[in-house]
Amino acid sequence: MKFDTPATGNPIDQLKVVGKPLDRIDGPLKTTGTAPYAYERHDVAADQAYGFVLGAAIAKGRINAIDTAPARRAPGVLAVVTTLDMPPLEKGKMNTATLFGGPDIQHYHQAVAVVVAETFEQARDAAALIRVDYARQPGRYDLAAEAPKAELVPGDSGEGSGAPPEDRFGDFEGAFAAAPVKLDETYTTPDESHAAMEPHATVAAWEGDKLTLWTSNQMIAWGKRDVATTLGIPAENVRLDSPYVGGGFGGKLFLRADAVLAALGAKAARRPVKLALTRPLVANNTTHRPATIQRIRIGADRDGKITAIAHESTSGDLEGGGPETAVSQTKLLYAGANRLTAMRLAVLDLPEGNAMRAPGEAPGMMALEIAMDEMAERLGIDPVEFRIINDTQVDPEHPERRFSQRQLVQCLRQGAERFGWANRNPTPGQRREGRWLIGMGVAAGFRNNLLTKSAARVRLDGQGVVTVETDMTDIGTGSYTIIAQTAAEMMGVGLDKVSVRLGDSSFPASAGSGGQWGANNSTAGVYAACMKLREAVAQRLGFNSAEAEFADGQVRAGNRTVPLGQAAGGDGLVAEDVIEYGDLAKRYQQSTFAGHFVEVGVDALTGETRVRRMLAVCAAGRILNPKSARSQVIGAMTMGVGAALIEELAVDKRLGFFVNHDLAGYEVPVHADIPHQEVIFLDEVDPMSSPMKAKGVGELGLCGVGGAIANAIHNATGIRVRNYPITLDKLIDKLPQPV
Amino acid sequence: MRPFTYERARTPAEAAAAANRNPAAKFIAGGTNLLDLMKLQIEVPSHLIDVNGLGLDRIEATPEGGLRIGALVRNTDLAADERVRRDYGVLTRALLAGATGQLRNKATTAGNLLQRTRCPYFYDTNMACNKRQPGSGCSAIGGVTRHLAVIGMSEACIATHPSDMAVAMRALDAVVETVRPDGTTRSIPMAEFHRLPGDTPHIETALGRGEFITAVTLPPPLGGRQFYRKVRDRASYAFALVSVAAVVQPDGTGRVALGGVAHKPWRVEAAEAELPRGAKPAMAAILNGARPTHENAFKVTLAERALASVLSEARG
Repeated sequence: MKFDTPATGNPIDQLKVVGKPLDRIDGPLKTTGTAPYAYERHDVAADQAYGFVLGAAIAKGRINAIDTAPARRAPGVLAVVTTLDMPPLEKGKMNTATLFGGPDIQHYHQAVAVVVAETFEQARDAAALIRVDYARQPGRYDLAAEAPKAELVPGDSGEGSGAPPEDRFGDFEGAFAAAPVKLDETYTTPDESHAAMEPHATVAAWEGDKLTLWTSNQMIAWGKRDVATTLGIPAENVRLDSPYVGGGFGGKLFLRADAVLAALGAKAARRPVKLALTRPLVANNTTHRPATIQRIRIGADRDGKITAIAHESTSGDLEGGGPETAVSQTKLLYAGANRLTAMRLAVLDLPEGNAMRAPGEAPGMMALEIAMDEMAERLGIDPVEFRIINDTQVDPEHPERRFSQRQLVQCLRQGAERFGWANRNPTPGQRREGRWLIGMGVAAGFRNNLLTKSAARVRLDGQGVVTVETDMTDIGTGSYTIIAQTAAEMMGVGLDKVSVRLGDSSFPASAGSGGQWGANNSTAGVYAACMKLREAVAQRLGFNSAEAEFADGQVRAGNRTVPLGQAAGGDGLVAEDVIEYGDLAKRYQQSTFAGHFVEVGVDALTGETRVRRMLAVCAAGRILNPKSARSQVIGAMTMGVGAALIEELAVDKRLGFFVNHDLAGYEVPVHADIPHQEVIFLDEVDPMSSPMKAKGVGELGLCGVGGAIANAIHNATGIRVRNYPITLDKLIDKLPQPV
Repeated sequence: MRPFTYERARTPAEAAAAANRNPAAKFIAGGTNLLDLMKLQIEVPSHLIDVNGLGLDRIEATPEGGLRIGALVRNTDLAADERVRRDYGVLTRALLAGATGQLRNKATTAGNLLQRTRCPYFYDTNMACNKRQPGSGCSAIGGVTRHLAVIGMSEACIATHPSDMAVAMRALDAVVETVRPDGTTRSIPMAEFHRLPGDTPHIETALGRGEFITAVTLPPPLGGRQFYRKVRDRASYAFALVSVAAVVQPDGTGRVALGGVAHKPWRVEAAEAELPRGAKPAMAAILNGARPTHENAFKVTLAERALASVLSEARG
């Protein structure tokens, strides 16, 4: 189905099932521990052996030799494969670092060997016996030190944010120089880890030259393609199966070492191999969100209208990598005739930087939304009003392009009213409750909506059960449920008559889970397949398909009513289709918006910040399931608290690695850190997005939260911190002296 | 985790004797720290002596009016004990500030004292660490030091001791009771139990070979108001950046011990005379000689301000 004109009325608009706050259909499996995650696929292949990956002990250099003899002699060992056994493997399209092969070490904990043994403990012990002789080379590990050498580069996160190396509209320098009120500040965000609950894990089995990987991956079709490339085998010989994913956040968008080394280990041991990366390897062997240094300049008239805005970001990555696209939202979010964005990339020898939930916008908004708060303060304008003054309903760089929907102003106004913004004292440091300094902060939320093709197959059986098959993944987001809701709505059956099967590369290729594109695109693919199935049902029953009504498990046309299952006959009916998009996304800018409001308390003596209240008002198209959508947003807000206050992969700038590489060292918020969270979805349908008229929310909930927290801390204390995370050491010297 | 043999000791003296026979043996109680370290091969005991069945899980009144806490009393039970809550509030508060409910259910009194540093360079076996591998050097010095020691460290080690409980016990002048392989017993004051790193950071306590902790004794109650103020980056389940255990008397005198700043719970009795004059002079005396890095210099300010917070609450 080609979607190239705005959606009109369609069966989804009935909203009998879609749009309802239904419980997740996979909830009972998750809460009873019976949803099989990759490492728990004990039943899929007999005689599974255990793999253990040894990571490099140095950050940069070359391996002279590897002595595996003691490891091979260790009890239970079936095979040892080292990186010297093969030349560097081909890189998948999405990979920057080589995953295995060859003597060169590009980053700390790069995989250098895999040991396969009868038990996990034997594999781990044997791995510790491997002796690697390294020749260490000097590396570049300090972004600030390398930043002056960084070169202008284009970048595309692949997830809806991107920018050319440098982009100019109007005369930024002239307008900025002439502006009566201006700001020129630099902000930094640290390296961050996805820190998903489930580590990267795979069970691999070969049957002849055919490879099956039961794995944990967000993007099945990419994974299948990249496995074939990396191992040098035909794609048709590769199957991936990933029905449950214990958190991804972008860390499982790509093929990683777990899948490659499980496959190589299984080949060497001639046994199926089960393997998970250890927690330290998740931090240093896989990808992370790169640190940024962002310079923002804003000039405005005294009435608060922005006349000049510039956002420049520098980040680092391995040779051949890309920049964090942190300037992208600044191209679209606020009005202003004179504009500049630029991205620079420094070469670093740290582990590979890559996408993490809302790549680009997440760190970009953390900086931009502090800058907006600072500008509002300099102008003496309320920060909510300052954002409203600079709203735009058109792409500011290409005014002929309108936003398909843009309710930022409504998000901010409704949020301000709901949150009690009027009670905020605009003078910082004025409100105190006992030992706590209290402050409120606001930020806009912004994330683009991406259209990407997505296919599905639907089957109807004689009992009237509709089975959906698509390689779409559910990474904890609720895909199973919204896909079931879509099929139920389309075919006029209850959820109990829908079965959803996901994550298998033998199913039609979907959009996958990334860039908050999963919900809209994957359900639109199911919509397309269901339209075909409706057609097939009508045809088989001899109905005019335009007249056929699908409701209550029956098909009606004129005065004839037939149970849906009857149309399936003995063999059942199958339909498959793909949703593909025309140029609506070019003609209209499709984005999602939010107003984030936060209240914090800062301990006046110790500088500990505790978030007291959070509100997000979101405008993101049709909300397919308000319950799972809310869960996505509050999870993202929680991630925003982590990014603002706690999370930082600490870089050892001499030895070149992330030091705090476990969950004791890399702290993410715990329950005690998270207060009452409220989420409001504005009524919105976006006919430009798809027949579902939906957009994404999973990343919108994160974009802007950090800025709102930083601004609340400033309102509480009068201290402006421009370097995340805002830990107490950045406040303590500026807090009031104890009496 | 290397393969190991295992036995259950029947008496404390037998446990000590068994440990003395095999220098590569370790006692195991709750295992909340030891098992993690074994998985990473930071600890590689060839033999484990399980001491859980020794009946050392009672809290008893002493003739002097204090409490004798069995070595195997779980952190949860110790924190919840009515006498501890009433008379040694600083100890209950310290225990509840540590770890999680699940860990406290397993962790024991003696094991808590013996837990090892959380220095990330100690935990990463690719890194030089004099504590893990004597003589290999200290890769933490000059590295990421935000959580590490500001006082009492050496050229060989800048690690901190992670316990909350031990900080409170230091403030209370608790005494560690042990039995040695020859069956003799001794009492080690908390002040002497943990060592500074010096040239031998791998030797962390005063315990001799095979020596086994049977109990920790608390002197009679001190009265006063008792506080444990733990400051950390997140609200729960994190090690202290700085913690302050304090017992403050109505006349403003009292005791203070610090966690998160040194290789052992840090207390300077002589400095406590400054307490009635306020947090600033008191902390200046307590942390006199501190040599923080640029990354952890904030701990010195934080300790003073955390003490100010405690003293303000004591007055209030």
